[in-house]
Amino acid sequence: MTDRIADIWGERTPHAKGTVWPARVDLHLDEGVREEDVEAWVPSACVLCSNGCGCDIAVKDGRMVGVRGRATDVVNHGRLGPKGLYGSTPWASSPDRLRRPMVREGGRLVETDWETAMGRVVQESRRLLEENGPLTHGFYTSGQLFLEEYYTLAVIGKAGLGTPHMDGNTRLCTATSAAAFKESFGADGQPGSYTDIEHCDAIFLYGHNMAETQTVLWARILDRTRAEDPPVVVCVDPRRTPVAEEAERTGGVHLAPRVGTNLALMNGLTRELFERGWIDEAWVAAHTIGVDDLRAVVEPYTPEEVAATCGVDAGDLRRAAEIFGTSDNVLSTVLQGFYQSHQATASAVAVHNLHLLRGLIGRPGSGILQMNGQPTAQNNRECGADGDLPGFRNWNNPRHVQELADLWNVDPLTIPHWAPPTNAMQIFGYAEQGSIELLWISATNPAVSMPESARIRRILGSDRCFVVVQDLFLTETAQLADVVLPAAGWGEKTGTFTNVNRTVHLSEKAVEPPGEARSDLDIFLMYARAMGFVDRAGDPLPSWNSPEEAFDAWRAASAGRPVDYTGLSYDKLRGPTGIPWPVDEEAPEGTDRLYTDPVFPTDTDRCETYGHDLVTGAAVTEQEHRAMAPNGRAFLKGAAYTPPHEEPSDDFPLLFTTGRTVYQFHTRTKTGRARSLHEAAPDAWVELSTTDADALGISEGDVVRVESPRGTIEVQARIGQVMPGAVFAPFHYGSWDLDGLAPDQQHRQANELTMTVWDPVSKQPYFKTAACRVTRVRAGDGPAPAPTTAASAPPPARRRAVPPTAGGGPTTSEVLPETPTYPNDPAAGTSHPAPTRTIAGRS
Amino acid sequence: MPHLSTYVGLADHSEKTLADSLRAVAEGHAAEADVFHTCHLLAGWSDAHRERLRPVVERYGEDDSVTEPERLHADGLAEVRAGQVGLLRDLQDLHVLATLVQTTWTVVAQGAQGLRDRELLEIATSANAETSRQLSWLNTRMKAAAPQALIVDPAR
Repeated sequence: MTDRIADIWGERTPHAKGTVWPARVDLHLDEGVREEDVEAWVPSACVLCSNGCGCDIAVKDGRMVGVRGRATDVVNHGRLGPKGLYGSTPWASSPDRLRRPMVREGGRLVETDWETAMGRVVQESRRLLEENGPLTHGFYTSGQLFLEEYYTLAVIGKAGLGTPHMDGNTRLCTATSAAAFKESFGADGQPGSYTDIEHCDAIFLYGHNMAETQTVLWARILDRTRAEDPPVVVCVDPRRTPVAEEAERTGGVHLAPRVGTNLALMNGLTRELFERGWIDEAWVAAHTIGVDDLRAVVEPYTPEEVAATCGVDAGDLRRAAEIFGTSDNVLSTVLQGFYQSHQATASAVAVHNLHLLRGLIGRPGSGILQMNGQPTAQNNRECGADGDLPGFRNWNNPRHVQELADLWNVDPLTIPHWAPPTNAMQIFGYAEQGSIELLWISATNPAVSMPESARIRRILGSDRCFVVVQDLFLTETAQLADVVLPAAGWGEKTGTFTNVNRTVHLSEKAVEPPGEARSDLDIFLMYARAMGFVDRAGDPLPSWNSPEEAFDAWRAASAGRPVDYTGLSYDKLRGPTGIPWPVDEEAPEGTDRLYTDPVFPTDTDRCETYGHDLVTGAAVTEQEHRAMAPNGRAFLKGAAYTPPHEEPSDDFPLLFTTGRTVYQFHTRTKTGRARSLHEAAPDAWVELSTTDADALGISEGDVVRVESPRGTIEVQARIGQVMPGAVFAPFHYGSWDLDGLAPDQQHRQANELTMTVWDPVSKQPYFKTAACRVTRVRAGDGPAPAPTTAASAPPPARRRAVPPTAGGGPTTSEVLPETPTYPNDPAAGTSHPAPTRTIAGRS
Repeated sequence: MPHLSTYVGLADHSEKTLADSLRAVAEGHAAEADVFHTCHLLAGWSDAHRERLRPVVERYGEDDSVTEPERLHADGLAEVRAGQVGLLRDLQDLHVLATLVQTTWTVVAQGAQGLRDRELLEIATSANAETSRQLSWLNTRMKAAAPQALIVDPAR
């Protein structure tokens, strides 16, 4: 019986390079439920991070009572992480689930029926359309809905209403990933695969505390680093995370750049490749354009210059570059430390540049994983409920727009494509100015998750904007709404979603939703029918009514595009594993990695964007793009480092950065309602370095005030392992579980301090570059409520003073003696358990 | 070379006008976070162009006495307009100012070629390229702002 709070990654299954990752099946059931009591196991995939682990939902007496990893799934080979095990099901039967719609009456939200609630939405929507047209409408979605729901909403917004104001919280988590792909390769699409872990010689993790954000993927890496012939790990992170520790253990490097200086570091690494001749000149000449410009851009970034800017050791930088430059196969992964920090897109693109300069792409072990923050973020990018057109189409290409108009049988002018689709920060800006008067928020909680919380609350609470919120609970955002619609969640509805490495899973309905809650798909369709949206033939728009019909419509929309789903169907997805796209006639069983040819979707007529100036965000025009004649070659794009927008000052001498903890997800809507997870990280904290804490007279557990020019929090301090000068706060903690406290009275929400500023290309807000000051308020009543199991641990010398985090409910974990066969796995055919001296590729 | 020195002076002067105007728009529309930060960034580019031009100005002298190009001196934006339509108009004004800067660099580069002045030619060419990037951003931002400003701006 494993306590997976204490043991985050579970039992090791070490195996040799080039062999299939062994299977280990993890299971958790509610207290008192035995495996033989389970009445049905309903196939799905986990939605508590972006990894997308295949799982089966345990059902008993019409309730979800637990989860079990699927041994045959290519993503996780049976494993689940602590969030998935403990957090997947308890929320569903929580007594505070929304069961009926609510409307605002006399300043208060009161329960009502669907007819009344939807009637209000439709009445307001019609009034605004008549008065000012569709640009009065904005939609803010999520990385948590299903593919079918995003695509349906995209059609409603883009063809029914005709508004460009559609985005998701994917803007906060994964926009830079998509933007970086588009800039380098011409279109979105994850080049690499998780199977690269089995074949690489070095792994670079950029701003990616994978040990906490994707625990199962990290277990997959540990199973190589703890075996013979391990890959060397290089970690770029201002905190001493478990990834940083593994970097040291494997003979790699931990580079801790000053917050906001990522691009200077990347330029330094790139310069070293040129300087040391670690370039595949022939490959670069054949498959890329822009190498001379890139060389010129990075020329000033000598190791010494970078050391001065970033506060890293010049020798460490050289060593990291050497590992990249001399390893046969390198895997790179990137996450929020880059995406939510200064010069995000340019830094993420720089990771691509390193791979392109050595031709390390498109073969097992040489991959790039630009990660996502959320389980279904990828589908929002694909389906166009965010700032994209469906099927990775280019809003600037009239033929792409015409394809959509033909699919939907509408006038192409209905589809807003005269400017880039509006990004989330701009949507809230328009709402603030009063030109968006109806804002529909589904499955996300911007009152806690967006930067500069006080401003977001003001916008949502304003009388000028009619706010519709559709969610599982009365979140901090729902409390400010005019209409609240109760939604069915995961396991209570059917649909598909796609993880970071393009693997599509079908998630079947396991139980009925509570009360009158409805699926997001049904809610969107209810609105569309009430509004009477029709196509040119007068037929209902969207033309479908069920998830499977929506999926089939999406397959048609994806045909011939890089994100081709045509070979998939619900029946096919009912097999033993999720399947990675593209799935078409050429690849009927899916595609493990992209760009094996290597031909990139950069052709002017095929690409998703003509690209941008990475410094200003200015759009490249079609003529400029055509003149470059990319014709399937990838772009090498560089940019000079500029200092962050807010630097430390006398008043605010420290740098504030936010992030996650392993036990919570987002605003804790689900994880905060699971006992094991809640107790492991029950309240907010901030982390200070020993140096700064000593200078400020702060001890472990003291209550401190952290202030930025925008707001203040008061929480307990963990004397932790951030770099001196930096202050880390988890962003999960809002006010929904603080009894009797209104959102603006609470004291612990990290985004009170963050600033309204975003990346010029990806438009992703920067959560990691704000100046702050810290003062001691009083002694606390014990250590900070920060976990000790990962990056929030006290430094080794102070660890004894804090009790170790533990106490999760019992789980089981079984290593399978025989490893199943996984489709597309390049190591297929190797035996298991793998003998320690297995030669790569042979058994 | 009275006219070349006049155009060198015009380059210096028009870059200053552009930088000042970019900063005025940045501060005046500070609530638009991207406008605020990008305009400040682009103003810094214009400052840098002037900095690089300084030794050339000293070499040629900055002659304001010749009358013809004087008419080209454009007034900068002393104050900004309010609201979304105001932002659109201000961006349009910046575009006009940047176009003047760009054509000035084009003319200066032609003169520099005639004189085989490599230093000035390099400055004029690289500044011109960055002015193009300033113009591209202004164009991109205007395209994004236009629909909302023209159709649903509440201040209309």
